[in-house]
Amino acid sequence: MDWGAIFSNAAVELISPTTAAYALAALGLAVHFGYTGLLNFGQAGFMALGAYGYAISILTFGFPVWGAFLVGVGASVVFALILGIPTLRLRADYLAIVTIAAAEIVRLLFTTNTFASVTGSANGLSGYKNEFAALNPLAEGSYGFGPFENNAYDTWLRIVAWSIVILAALLVWQVMRSPWGRVIKGIREDEDAVRALGKNVYAYKMQSLIFGGVLGTIAGMIFALPRAVVPSNYQTTLTFFIYAILLLGGAATVLGPIIGSMIFWVLLSFFSGFVARAVEAGWLPFMTAIQGGQLRFILVGVAIMLIVIFRPQGIFGNKKELAFVR
Amino acid sequence: MSANAGPQGSPAPLEPPVPTQKPIKTTGLHIGEAEPGCAKVDPILVVDNVRRTFGGLTAVDVAHVEVPRGAITALIGPNGAGKTTLFNLLTGFDKPDDGKWTFDGRSLAGVPAYRVARMGQIRTFQLTKALGLLTVMDNMLLGAKGQTGENMFRALMPFLWRNQEEENRAKALDLLTRFKLDTKKDDYAASLSGGQRKLLEMARALMSDPTLVMLDEPMAGVNPALTQSLLDHILNLKSQGMTVLFVEHDMHMVRHIADWVIVMAEGKVVAEGDPHEVMKNPAVIDAYLGQHHDEDIGEDLGAETENVSAIKELLDDER
Repeated sequence: MDWGAIFSNAAVELISPTTAAYALAALGLAVHFGYTGLLNFGQAGFMALGAYGYAISILTFGFPVWGAFLVGVGASVVFALILGIPTLRLRADYLAIVTIAAAEIVRLLFTTNTFASVTGSANGLSGYKNEFAALNPLAEGSYGFGPFENNAYDTWLRIVAWSIVILAALLVWQVMRSPWGRVIKGIREDEDAVRALGKNVYAYKMQSLIFGGVLGTIAGMIFALPRAVVPSNYQTTLTFFIYAILLLGGAATVLGPIIGSMIFWVLLSFFSGFVARAVEAGWLPFMTAIQGGQLRFILVGVAIMLIVIFRPQGIFGNKKELAFVR
Repeated sequence: MSANAGPQGSPAPLEPPVPTQKPIKTTGLHIGEAEPGCAKVDPILVVDNVRRTFGGLTAVDVAHVEVPRGAITALIGPNGAGKTTLFNLLTGFDKPDDGKWTFDGRSLAGVPAYRVARMGQIRTFQLTKALGLLTVMDNMLLGAKGQTGENMFRALMPFLWRNQEEENRAKALDLLTRFKLDTKKDDYAASLSGGQRKLLEMARALMSDPTLVMLDEPMAGVNPALTQSLLDHILNLKSQGMTVLFVEHDMHMVRHIADWVIVMAEGKVVAEGDPHEVMKNPAVIDAYLGQHHDEDIGEDLGAETENVSAIKELLDDER
């Protein structure tokens, strides 16, 4: 068995743009769920809006990169308002139901044949990378070392993706230690108490929904850049993977979603490489290669379960908080 | 004033908590007869025809009531009288079917709860709402009004709000010291006892310098050692110029600290008056014991209900 290849493939995921995208989406969810207590189960919808907003703006309307970026962000602000206006006055569970449904509506709208000329229907969209590649200041050639060696475009993409993640993390860290963040955390604990202290809880929840949603949208754009935009990527399973990452790292933390995403993807890649080679080598005689491909999710699930059982606050969570969980 | 002069023969209840300082009662609050809905010399809260029904049940139907400024007013009544519902209506946490009410001359009908609080009418809750996973200090800071850093964009620029934050922190520490919670300031509020949470909630309400403090059962579930300090704190609110309106079941407490008592039953205000006078009002006895109660209160009843023992407390104090 080629352990070197397994480990180096796993290491690639440590800084891959996909890992960055998941980290950023999980950071948005940390704002929603970890800090504000909003049960957003539609993060995949925000990501889809980012990916499609970016791709459609470039392919159909010929926008520059920054214009496409703003279209995606604008779309997610509108989406957050549509979700929030009717549900944020109600109990928390209603938001969960509405967001999961709305994310599916978004995905199905992008899938339907009616708009195939713009959205590419089930085949999705591709060919929108040139504009981003044109901004690349790096000369042709390969950069990095070992498993982290990439060509100029991939290196450029990694630099941009992780810069955005670091910037977003600093932003979240700063607002959460400000009085604004204090109100947000108060709303998570008991919104009536915060209301009784003269804070406009509805407006704060809306701001949080938009803020976390925009982070998810930018994550969607990063997610789309190394691949094509395909609607089936934005199913509810995507949201649940992001929740898994969030709980893994610690829900109300800044570093948790980032490190959680790295662990998630490294583990996923490791198990995928290991299972595929184990099937090849005949270690798992009861299993076909296709079944092996599914097994990695089971193994990742088990790994996450172990972490949640033995470290329920997540990697960066505060153990003290759990002493008071009702 | 005798603390407890129970009639001979009945089991002597525990010594009721008495504030350490002798309360100075405010008198001369009303104009004319002390009857339900009577006018006050200087009302801070005026309620007119506020009605709230839940299906077929009329929880609150208050024709007219005024709360005097600068005094401690108790809102009492048997269980289900609509006291807490009225509280929720007046603070914007619930919407009445109709009616209007003014605070400091400004109409509050249809005003959302957070704006009511900003106007200076702050409430606490019957079931304490300490924000468990925030520290005691953060709980306090949340109470401060007009914070620059509570705007999302200004939050990104700490130099805009750092000074204000320091001022609030000093003020919070001062209040916490007064409420003897300063040693707990860095602990999660969830680690406080029930009584300490009540204290924290009251201290937090004071962070915004309210003009009217509305306390919903401040003594419920508080151990007797802490009730004394809570009573002192409520009396201090008055001496600092605030108006207090509170709901309470503990009649001894009402007698000791209230300047004025409003009695509710079945959603209506049935009596008002000085705490000493109002207890003699037949309407109050009716409210607690029902219309067809035995003339000989309490002694002949086999099982003492909560209401019976409440009215007995009142009459005991009166002797």
